[in-house]
Amino acid sequence: MSGIGTGYDLSSTTYSPDGKIFQTEYAQKAVDNSGTVLGLRCKDGVVLACEKLVLSKLLVEGSNRRVHNIDRHVGVAAAGLAPDGRMVANRACEEAASYKRVYGEPISGHVLAERIGSYVHMFNLYWSLRPYGATMLMAVYDKNGPALYGIDPSGSSLRYYGTAVGKARQAAKNEIEKLKLSEMSAREAVMEAVRILHKVHDEDGKKFELEVSWICDESGKEHRRVPAELLDEAERRAKAAMEESDMWVVAGRGGS
Amino acid sequence: MGADGRVSIGNYITNRASNKIAPLSDYIFLLRSGSAPDTQIISDNVRHYLDQVSAESGEEPTVEMAANLVKLINYNNKDHLVGAMLVVGWDRHGGGQVYGAPIGGTLSREKWAIDGSGSTYIWGFCDSEFRDDMTREQAEEWVKEALALAMTRDASSGGVIRMITINETGVHHKYVNGSQIPQYHDDLPMPSGPPSTGMVIG
Repeated sequence: MSGIGTGYDLSSTTYSPDGKIFQTEYAQKAVDNSGTVLGLRCKDGVVLACEKLVLSKLLVEGSNRRVHNIDRHVGVAAAGLAPDGRMVANRACEEAASYKRVYGEPISGHVLAERIGSYVHMFNLYWSLRPYGATMLMAVYDKNGPALYGIDPSGSSLRYYGTAVGKARQAAKNEIEKLKLSEMSAREAVMEAVRILHKVHDEDGKKFELEVSWICDESGKEHRRVPAELLDEAERRAKAAMEESDMWVVAGRGGS
Repeated sequence: MGADGRVSIGNYITNRASNKIAPLSDYIFLLRSGSAPDTQIISDNVRHYLDQVSAESGEEPTVEMAANLVKLINYNNKDHLVGAMLVVGWDRHGGGQVYGAPIGGTLSREKWAIDGSGSTYIWGFCDSEFRDDMTREQAEEWVKEALALAMTRDASSGGVIRMITINETGVHHKYVNGSQIPQYHDDLPMPSGPPSTGMVIG
């Protein structure tokens, strides 16, 4: 893991000689070291799934929420520093609410993604602020259909068919590339997302729990947590798949 | 959609052929009644906001957006404004739409809407003659007849009729000159010759 700034990395208002802003890159590292988060845009919706490492047996299940509702038709999953992710999600809520109040209709996905991108980017411009250490995967289903956006700490907002961020992103992305997302229903995408997260999870790490949400025709085009029975079924299948291919598990090590 | 052309201050007609249909975007129009300066300012502001939002989104604005903006201006400034407006237009996802945005800041989507001082005289006509399934020609006739009836009875309405129809071939403007508007004075006999006394002056 290189990236020693040697004096060019003390503030986000300083370029390095090779044109990088190290503070932004370091913020990116915060995301790279967090639990894996992935998003899949399928035929009739979008699925978001987070691998949450359980840091202590004393934590109540379901705490440390990583997936947030922004509006009925938009949800985000945050990777990286959880409090930073919550701040950006709050801003997204405000943007969506004020748009609805002024224009009377729900905000379009591409408009919201650009607004959040601009907001996150702003924190890369000023000496007195630090960049957000969070990447937001945004699932939206508006009048243009379902879409998945990723906004990273630099402020760039890109639209994806499928993507992953965090520790095991490389292995997860390899798995995602094998999928035929445009033919998959949201239900199937949930199964795949859970299977991939189980597969790329670091074996000798801590216990983990999953937070999976979807927005699709089946959920009435509203962003919600995936129903408990569906999640249980997906976990069962994922664990069965892991046992089958015990000898052949590719240790998915993310990071640089 | 259609409107008359009269603008008056009391009994003085300041403009007998004004255009009360203001474009807010390519396919969305604002029909203005009430205070002329108030509605003109609202039209200018909403056109500006719609320009901004469609530049940000890269898409044509929707009729609902335009209607909501008009409503917000009416509602937030209800102490100062007297603007009774209709927002009428077409967008890709919602098709043709008609919204009433009267004084005070209400917004309601309707199948048809009328406003202005002359509208009080034609509610009965509109209620009884409107049909859900009118053709373009029938709808235009309905609008023209409603306006002509209002212009006959209301002193603050008159002059000319301006109409706009939006369909799949685009936006079509129609102008009806005052002399071509039915007068509905059939109950008065037209004079056919000199007065019966036969007296001729000069």
